[in-house]
Amino acid sequence: MLLTITYTGNPATDLGYLLHKSPSRVHSFEQVFGKAHVFYPETSPERCTAALLLEIDAIGLVRNRRGPSGEAHRLEQYVNDRPYAASSFLSVAIARTFGTAITGRSKERQKLAETPLPLETRIAVLPCRGGENLLRRLFEPLAYEVTALRHPLDTKFPEWGESAYFTVTLKAIVRLSDLLTHLYVLIPVLDDDKHYWVGDAEVEKLLRHGEGWLRDHPERELITNRYLKHQKRLAREALTRLIGEEEPEAEELAEIHTREEEAIEKPISLAEQRIGAVMAVLRISGAKRVLDLGCGEGRLLRELLKDKTFAEIVGLDVSHRVLEIAAQRLHLDNLPTMQKERIRLLHGSLTYRDARLAGYDAATVVEVIEHQDAPRLAAFERVLFEFAHPQTVVVTTPNVEYNVKFETLPAGKMRHKDHRFEWTRAEFQSWATKIAAQFGYSVRFLPIGPEDQTVGSPTQMGIFSRQ
Amino acid sequence: MKLTIPELAVVALVGPSGSGKSTFARKHFRGTEVLSSDFCRGLVSDDENSQAATNDAFEVLHFIASKRLAAGKLVVIDATNVQPEARKPIIALGREYHCLPVAIVFDLPEKLCQERNRTRPDRDFGPHVIRQQSQQLRRSLRGLEREGFRRVHVLRSPEEADAAEIVREPLWNNLKHEHGPFDIIGDVHGCFDELLDLLTKLGYSVEARSNGATSQSYSVRPPEGRKAIFLGDLVDRGPKIPDVLRLVMGMVEAGTAFCVPGNHDVKLMRKLRGKDVQITHGLAESLEQLNPESPEFRATVLEFIDELVSHYVLDDGKLVVAHAGMKEEMQGRGSGKVRDFALYGETTGETDEFGLPVRYNWAAEYRGRAMVVYGHTPVPQPDWLNRTINIDTGCVFGGSLTALRHPERELLSVPARATYAQPIKPLVAATAEATPSLTSQQIHDDLLDIDDVIGKRIVTTRLHHNVTVREENALAALEVISRFAANPKWLIYLPPTMSPTETTSLPGFLEYPTEVFAYYRREGVPRVVCEEKHMGSRAVVIVCRDEDAARRRFGVIGEGIGICYTRTGRRFFDDAKIETEFLKKIHTACDAAGFWEQFQTDWICLDAELMPWSAKAQELLRQQYAAVGAAAQASLSETVASLEHLAPKIGDALVLLERCKARLNAANLYVDAYRHYCWSVQSVSDLKLAPFHLLVTEGQVHVQKDHVWHMEKLGELCKASDGLLLATPYKQVDVTDAATVEEATRWWEELTAHGGEGMVVKPMDFIARGRRGLTQPAVKCRGPEYLRIIYGPEYLLPENLERLRSRSTSAKRSFALREFALGIEALERFVRNEPLRRVHECVFGVLALESEPVDPRL
Repeated sequence: MLLTITYTGNPATDLGYLLHKSPSRVHSFEQVFGKAHVFYPETSPERCTAALLLEIDAIGLVRNRRGPSGEAHRLEQYVNDRPYAASSFLSVAIARTFGTAITGRSKERQKLAETPLPLETRIAVLPCRGGENLLRRLFEPLAYEVTALRHPLDTKFPEWGESAYFTVTLKAIVRLSDLLTHLYVLIPVLDDDKHYWVGDAEVEKLLRHGEGWLRDHPERELITNRYLKHQKRLAREALTRLIGEEEPEAEELAEIHTREEEAIEKPISLAEQRIGAVMAVLRISGAKRVLDLGCGEGRLLRELLKDKTFAEIVGLDVSHRVLEIAAQRLHLDNLPTMQKERIRLLHGSLTYRDARLAGYDAATVVEVIEHQDAPRLAAFERVLFEFAHPQTVVVTTPNVEYNVKFETLPAGKMRHKDHRFEWTRAEFQSWATKIAAQFGYSVRFLPIGPEDQTVGSPTQMGIFSRQ
Repeated sequence: MKLTIPELAVVALVGPSGSGKSTFARKHFRGTEVLSSDFCRGLVSDDENSQAATNDAFEVLHFIASKRLAAGKLVVIDATNVQPEARKPIIALGREYHCLPVAIVFDLPEKLCQERNRTRPDRDFGPHVIRQQSQQLRRSLRGLEREGFRRVHVLRSPEEADAAEIVREPLWNNLKHEHGPFDIIGDVHGCFDELLDLLTKLGYSVEARSNGATSQSYSVRPPEGRKAIFLGDLVDRGPKIPDVLRLVMGMVEAGTAFCVPGNHDVKLMRKLRGKDVQITHGLAESLEQLNPESPEFRATVLEFIDELVSHYVLDDGKLVVAHAGMKEEMQGRGSGKVRDFALYGETTGETDEFGLPVRYNWAAEYRGRAMVVYGHTPVPQPDWLNRTINIDTGCVFGGSLTALRHPERELLSVPARATYAQPIKPLVAATAEATPSLTSQQIHDDLLDIDDVIGKRIVTTRLHHNVTVREENALAALEVISRFAANPKWLIYLPPTMSPTETTSLPGFLEYPTEVFAYYRREGVPRVVCEEKHMGSRAVVIVCRDEDAARRRFGVIGEGIGICYTRTGRRFFDDAKIETEFLKKIHTACDAAGFWEQFQTDWICLDAELMPWSAKAQELLRQQYAAVGAAAQASLSETVASLEHLAPKIGDALVLLERCKARLNAANLYVDAYRHYCWSVQSVSDLKLAPFHLLVTEGQVHVQKDHVWHMEKLGELCKASDGLLLATPYKQVDVTDAATVEEATRWWEELTAHGGEGMVVKPMDFIARGRRGLTQPAVKCRGPEYLRIIYGPEYLLPENLERLRSRSTSAKRSFALREFALGIEALERFVRNEPLRRVHECVFGVLALESEPVDPRL
C-alpha cells in the first residue's frame, strides 16, 4: 500500500529534513514482513510529496507466519488483502522508517518540527470497517479535512456492492509528529485487526501515542477497544489510566452518578430473564435430574449448579469447542468432588437417537430449535420426546412478531445469522400442541421479557409435561 | 479316555492343590484359553500365592472370562473350585453367555497331592489345607450336576488323568459347513396344499407313496443341490397337520431339509407327553387330526419335535434361522434362554389392545452380521429390517405361504386356498396404517443412533480395506452433519477430495500435465481420460422418476423428487422453488434420453459440478476474492502513477516501477481469472450443471464401467437437456504414446489459456489398481491463471513461484483414496438395500476425514 505526505510550506522541500530522508533517491528498508521504500514523487519548492511504499511478502506471510491468524484466518491465506491495504503493518513501517520524525525531533529543522504545518496525506487504500462515517468520526475531531473515495468490489458486478476500501485524503494544519502518530494509532483501528499478538505492552504503546489527544477524543472507547483487539481487560485498564489520572470535576461527577443509576434501573437482560424463567419452571416441576440440550457455553448450567435441588445436571452440545469453553467457564476441573459429581458435559446431537439422554426428569431446550433446519425438526422431536422422554420439557424460541420492536434490526431480518426460522406465537403454539398430542404430553405457554399488547414478548416458552 | 466338551463352554477344573490341574490344562488347552487364579493373583499383587489378593484376583479372572465368552471363546478356569460358592460364579457366567458349564474333576488320592506340593517350594501351606480341599471335593462330587454343570468328567487316578483326551464337539446348532443354497419356508400350520404349491413353485417334486392302507409317506426331490429349511410351527390351526408332519419329517430324515421348532410344535409335544396344557390357539385341530393316526406315528412325531434344535447357524455364519428370531449375542449358543428366545421371542411384559403380549422389537436393535430369517408373528408382507426378515405371511389366516431363497434373497409365495383360522389381531399392523407407504426398515431409518457414528470407528470397505475414522474427526463431522446436512436418507454418497498433480519444475508453471501422465505411467496404468475441469461447486444430484419413487427407494416423503447437495451434504439451494425447477429439468432430460428404461431404474444419482461458482460462493467472493482484487488494483495503480514521475530521474525508482507494474498486471489478471467463473444468476436457466459420473441407478453402482462410458452416457443426457446440462469435453490418452500425451498437453494449454480451470485426469477404469493397491481415482492439473485465485495474484513472480514449489501432495492423496473407498462403499451398501446406518457410517466417514487439516490449496 502507498502512503504519501505532501507539504506546501516554503520551501516545501524542508519535508526531506523533517522526515530525515533525502529526496534525491529511493530509500529501501528490509522489514520482517517485506520491504519499505521511501521516495519523493514531487519535489518543487512549492509542493513536496514523500511516499512510503510497503511491499509485503504475501507468500512469506503464510509460510513464515508467527503471529495470530488474523481476522477470519486471513493471514493463513495466500489470497489476502494485506499486501495492498493499510493495516498494522503500515503502522510498524511508519514507526521504523520515520522513527525520529514521529517523536517530533529534527536535526536540521527542530523549530519547524514543533510547528503545525499545512500537511496533506493520502492513503491507498485504507480498509474502513465501519465505513466512511467512522473514518470521519475518527479524524474530524482531530481537525482533519477528510476526503474519501470508496472502491466498488468489482466494476463488472455492480450488484456485489462496495468494498471496504477507500482512497483517503486527510488535510490539516498539524505538526508532522502528530500526523504520524494519528496515522500510527488510527490505521489499525479502522482496519480493526493486528498482525501481532496484543498484550500489556500494547496498552503502554497506546497511552504513549495517545498522549495529548486520545483522552478527549469522542471515540476514545472505540479506539481503545479496537486498538487492543477487543480484549476487555486491556481496554479497561487503558481507559482507567487514560481518564482516571485526574479527579473528575463536580459537574462530571454528577453525570457519572446519573449513569450509574440508569445502569441499575436498566431492566435485566433478556438472556437473564430467560434463564430466570426456565429455572422457575424447573423448580416447580420438582425435577432433580436435568438435561440442558444445546447448553452452549453453560449459562443455564451455572445457575443449575448453584441450586442443590438439582442432583444431576447434564449439558449437551453439538459443538465440541463450545463444550470446552463451558468446562472452563464452569471451572469443572477445580470444582469440589461433590459438585463435580453433579454435572457432566456431553458431546452429542439432537438429530441422532442417544441412549445417554434417557431417564431424566426434565430437559431444557433454550434458544436451540431455531438453529435447526425446519425439515430436520422431526428427528429432534423424536429424539427428545419419544426416546429421551423426560417428565418435563422446556422449549424457548424467539417470537418473530416482536422483531419490529428492535430498532437496530432491519425489517424481515432474523435476530441471528444462523437462525433457520423464527416463529410467530401462533406458529410456535401450533407446533408445540401437535408435538404434545403426538408424544403424550400436555403443554402450556409463557411469555419471557416485556410483553407488548400487539406483538407479545421477545421470547416465547413452551412447557411440556408428560401425561 | 475321551472327555467331550462343547466347542463353546466354560470349563471348571475342580481339584485340590497339587492334583495336576495346571499341568493338565497346559497339555490340552491353548495358553489363552486357560485362566488361572494363581496367575491372576500374580497380576494384581506380584505374588501368585497371596491369599490376600484372592478377591481382586477372581474379579480380574471373571472379567476376562466374560470378555472371552462374549466373543464366543472357550474358557478354562484353573482354580481349585472345590467349594460350591467358588463354582457358583462359573455357572452364572455360563448362564449369562449362554454356553454350557463343564466340570473336569481331579479326584486323586490325597497323598499324591500332598507329595506333589511338598516338592514345590512356593507352596508353603500346611498339609491340612489339602486335606480340607480333598474333603470339600468329595462332598461336592455328587451335587455338581445339580449345581448346573451340564457335563461332569471325573478323573480318578493319575493314570486316567494322563490318558485323558479332550474332544471338542461342535454345537448342534452349528451348521456353518452347510452352504445351501436354501429355500426357507415360513409357518405352515397344517396348510399342506399350500406347502405343496410352494414346493412346486420352488422346483421341488413331491411324490406321495402309499405304505399300506393307513400309512403314507412323501418323497421329495429338491432342485439340484438345494435344501429346504422349515421355520417351525408346522402344526395347529390348519386342515392337514399330519400330512405336513409326514412330509417335513420325511425330508429331514432324507437330509433334504432342516427344521427348527416353533412354539406350537413344542406345545403339541408337551400335550403328547401327557402334560397338562391348555387346548387353545389351534391345538385342538392338531389333536383331532392326530387322533386317527397310529400311536407309532404320534410317537415318531413326539420324538421328531423333541430332537429339533432351537436354531441353526448356517453358511459360514452368514445365515441364522429360528422360529421367533435370534439376537446376535445368542446366535450359535445353547441355553434355556436361547431356546425360549428361539421359540417365543422376548416380550416387554406389557400387553396390547388385543390382550396379546407386546413383543420386544429385537430386530430394530439388531446389529449383527448374520442374516436372521424367522417367522412366528404373521405380517402382511415380509420386510427386511437390519438384516433380519420375518417370512410368516399368515397362510393359515388366509394370507400366503412364503419362502426366502438364500443366498438369492428372493421371496416366493403362494396364496392361501382358504382362511382356516381367524387371527386375534388383524394382519395389517396399526403402525403400517400411520405411514402406509414406508417399509419397516425405512421407518426404522427415520432416526439414526448416535452410537453408530461417534467415537473412533473402523469402516470396512471393499476397495481399500479398513478405513479408520479418528474420534476427533468424528466430533467435527457430527457438528457439520447435525447443523447443516440434509435428511440423511438422501445422503448416499459424498465425493472424495482430489489431489493436484505433483509440482512441476517448468518455468512459469506450478502445475503442468507432464507430471500427471508420469504418475499414471509409474503406476502401470496405460490409458487415462482427461476431462475438462469446470470451476463451480461440487454437487451430488439425485433425481427420482416421481415422488412415489423417492418414497419407495429413499423412504423420503414430502421432499420432492430428489435433491441437489454439496460436498458436505448440505442442500445446495436455499430456495425450494429453484431446487424443484432444477430437478425437473434433469428429470425431463432423463425422460428424453430414455434413461429410466435404459437402466431399468426410477432414480439416478449424478456426481457433477454446478456453475457458476458465484452461485454458491457469493459470500466468499465478496469477502475475499473481489475484495482483494479491489484493494490490489486501487493501491497498485496509485503506486505506479506516483513512481512514473520519478522513474526517469532516479534509477532505483525504475526498478521499483517495473516491479509495481508487474504486480498491477498480476492483480488485473487475477481479477480476470475469478471473473471467468462468475455470472449473475436470476433463475434456473442461468445455471449450468456438468455431470461427470453417472454414479448409480437401481441395482448398479457404475464403477465397473470406464470413464469413457460415463462421458458418453452423460453426453446423451446432456444432449437431451434444454441447456441446463453441460457435456464435459474429454480426451483419451495413452500415457505410453508420446504423441497422444503431447496432444493432450496442447489441449490443456488451450483450455487454460482461455480461462479454463484445467483438467482432471482419471485412469480409464473407474477403479484402477497400481503398484501399491488402489491408484488415485483422479488427479487435477490446474492452469496458471486459475491458480492465481488459489495462491494469490502474484504467485507467478519468480521469487514467489520458487518458494511455492515446495509442497507435498502425499497426505492429500492418502485422504483421496480413503474417501473414494468410503464413497463407493456407501453407494454399494445403498444398492444392496442395507440399513441406512451402514450407508451413513461411510458418508459420515468421508465428512470426518475432510475435517482433517490438509493444505487447502491442494
